[in-house]
Amino acid sequence: MADPTPNRTPISRRDLLKSAGAAGAAALIPGGVTAEPAVVPAERAAVVPTGPLMNLTAQETEILGAMVDRLIPSDDMGPGALEAGAVRFIDRALSEAESDSVDTYRTGIAALDRYSRYSRGAPFVELSERDKDSVLIDVQLGAATGAEVGFVGSSGSFFNMVKSHTWQGTFGDPMYGGNINFIGWDILGYPGVRMRVSDEDQRDMEAGQLPPARRSAYEYGQFQMTGGEE
Amino acid sequence: MATQLRSADVVVVGLGAAGGVAVQPLAEAGLDVVGLEAGTWLDRRDFAPDEIRNNYRSWPMLVKKTEQERPTSRATSAQTANRIGSHPMMNAVGGTALHYWAQSWRLNPWDFQVVSRTTQRYGASRIPAGSTVEDWPFGYDELEPYYDRVEHEIGVSGQAGNIRGEIDGRGNRFEGPRKRGYPMPALRWTAFNERMADVARGLAWHPFPGPAAINSTAYQGRPGCGYHGFCNKGGCPVDAKNSPHLTTIPRAVDTGNLRVVTRAHVTTIEVDANGRATGVNYLIGNNEYFQPAKVVLIASYTYENTRLLLLSKSPAYPNGLSNNHGQVGRHYLSHHQGAGVGALLPYDTGAWYGLPAQGVAVDDFADDNFDHSGLEFIGGGNLWAMSDRRPISAANMSTYGRSRGWGSEWKRFIRENGDRTHSFYIQKTTLPYEANYLDLDPQVTDPLGFPVIRITGQYQENERAIATFTQDKAVEWYRELGATEITRGGVGGSMGASTHAYGGTRMGDDPETNVVDRWGFSHEAPNVGVLGASVMGTSGARNPTLTAQALSWRTAQHLVDAWSDIAD
Repeated sequence: MADPTPNRTPISRRDLLKSAGAAGAAALIPGGVTAEPAVVPAERAAVVPTGPLMNLTAQETEILGAMVDRLIPSDDMGPGALEAGAVRFIDRALSEAESDSVDTYRTGIAALDRYSRYSRGAPFVELSERDKDSVLIDVQLGAATGAEVGFVGSSGSFFNMVKSHTWQGTFGDPMYGGNINFIGWDILGYPGVRMRVSDEDQRDMEAGQLPPARRSAYEYGQFQMTGGEE
Repeated sequence: MATQLRSADVVVVGLGAAGGVAVQPLAEAGLDVVGLEAGTWLDRRDFAPDEIRNNYRSWPMLVKKTEQERPTSRATSAQTANRIGSHPMMNAVGGTALHYWAQSWRLNPWDFQVVSRTTQRYGASRIPAGSTVEDWPFGYDELEPYYDRVEHEIGVSGQAGNIRGEIDGRGNRFEGPRKRGYPMPALRWTAFNERMADVARGLAWHPFPGPAAINSTAYQGRPGCGYHGFCNKGGCPVDAKNSPHLTTIPRAVDTGNLRVVTRAHVTTIEVDANGRATGVNYLIGNNEYFQPAKVVLIASYTYENTRLLLLSKSPAYPNGLSNNHGQVGRHYLSHHQGAGVGALLPYDTGAWYGLPAQGVAVDDFADDNFDHSGLEFIGGGNLWAMSDRRPISAANMSTYGRSRGWGSEWKRFIRENGDRTHSFYIQKTTLPYEANYLDLDPQVTDPLGFPVIRITGQYQENERAIATFTQDKAVEWYRELGATEITRGGVGGSMGASTHAYGGTRMGDDPETNVVDRWGFSHEAPNVGVLGASVMGTSGARNPTLTAQALSWRTAQHLVDAWSDIAD
């Protein structure tokens, strides 16, 4: 079965952070994917996001990328939310189900960076990991206050929104642009989408012996995403 | 000007779990039936196992009638009601049965006779103060043939516990006697389910697998459950979940006697000077139609059934159809399903490919299955230990204070514990009270300008005492399972909107306290029937759908049998 830890991305994390969702990364991430055919079946190319960013600017994606990278970091256990494509997932969601949140993201990302400069003396992306985390704890707790910072409402609600979408973009179906290489499902030990789980499959899973399925639901060929059109 | 359509024998408003079942006996009897459904047909191509779409975005409600009419809610009449965030139900042919959990219980015989049995065993003083509870107009035995019929028509899997008085310890020994077993065996158990059952037996309890309207084996030409793990708010991609859109509705269509009209948004019921219904008004987009019918069956959800009656005002019914006794909206209750108990276990549970209807039930503390002599409440709760896990929800699990919920330490936590949480679903006896009711909101309207329903309700002492009592039992179970963390939810306050909403058009013999008679037809407008849990006066300690469906079948059969009395 496939290598469950697709950690050998051909681009550096520095590059990925630098271009978390920028046009350049779109080419780089799928490049990493297609370099590992054992991990990704050929039809998976259809569900890997490509094309330019739709909503966020390059600078916004860099800051947001630095944030999601601290929420679910890449570490000795393997890659995290940034590598899973959570930023691209969010950018795309802002054109779809989360279109009401574009301004909230724009304002919140700017406020995060402003709070970082104001309280730690440097832009968010330039802070050490420890300082990034301490800024995010302030934001999570609603403590990143002040008119000059500019969070609309509590900074905690911005944090919770980004966390919620980052989780969706890391642990949801890869069709939406996140969970690249099934990074999120590997973190959880989730053995993947299957249309039929036999008694033997269940017993194998209970014994830790069931290989991950590594497919999007939409790769089963049965489903339409729109739903219910007459 | 509304288009006048050709008259039908029966018009059914809503083709969900209740109306979708009633159409079969009506159409098979040769009646000319029109089914008006606000939603559309959906099929298994629409039912991708996609957690983002099913559980975080607004699929499957392509037609958003319920969303536009979502009620407001408040705990007491002294407060101002706020709009609820989303409606618990959906519009489609088959209704919310497309994606429900499909737990398909019969009520316990006690639930039909709460007042008389409580009075007999403990004295009348044990009926909670302020409750408007009444015995049902008939007992369990009257409904048994309809439970049996629906279980076999739609397909319910399960393990019988009482066949004609013969107790089978593999099933629920507390259930009422049934004439035969389920048409399919129960859904399979996981190793963790077996472990839970063993531990329950060690506590001298009587665990058993719950019943589900889900094929455990091939049935009626459709396959058994695939256990794909996305059943919770997901439609079934292999047609193993037995919604009426796969069972009773196609059978009714096949007779040639049912016409299904989709995207039909019913606004009001028309009545004549004598107070008899003449048909219903509906919209498709901006086009208005009037569907004349000899009999009108209202089969939308509890909130919408009540609302449609209240909005249908006329000289004969100035306060709403069938409301000259002021009972429409009364005796409302949201099932007390909250006050859960959760735990973290020191081992994996193998729940990734589970479903909410797969699991272990304990009924020892439900209804009157135990002695309440020294207790402060009547009724009880069913403990349901389900299997249900999906990746995003798993990653959102509580960290029990062991992590701040993100970062590398969280990643380590979730890697270890992602399959180790569990939670009990405890459904509790919930009673109607004078203070809990539905009416029209004085301020909030839908896009057509009609008021939405306002829910006024809170759980009372009896429900909260059951919550504490049953939580203690769940905690005991978890301790025996070796749980390292156990959490208890609050015991209950405001009722809010619910997937288990009862009352509003209660069924009973006395027209002073009930909207419909023992057959489900209005005491005031005899050719108007009501289908769904809105006719139920008690909740029991288990899911309402099968009971609502058995009642629907019974009402439809009665209409066939008494056609000339009701229709002419």
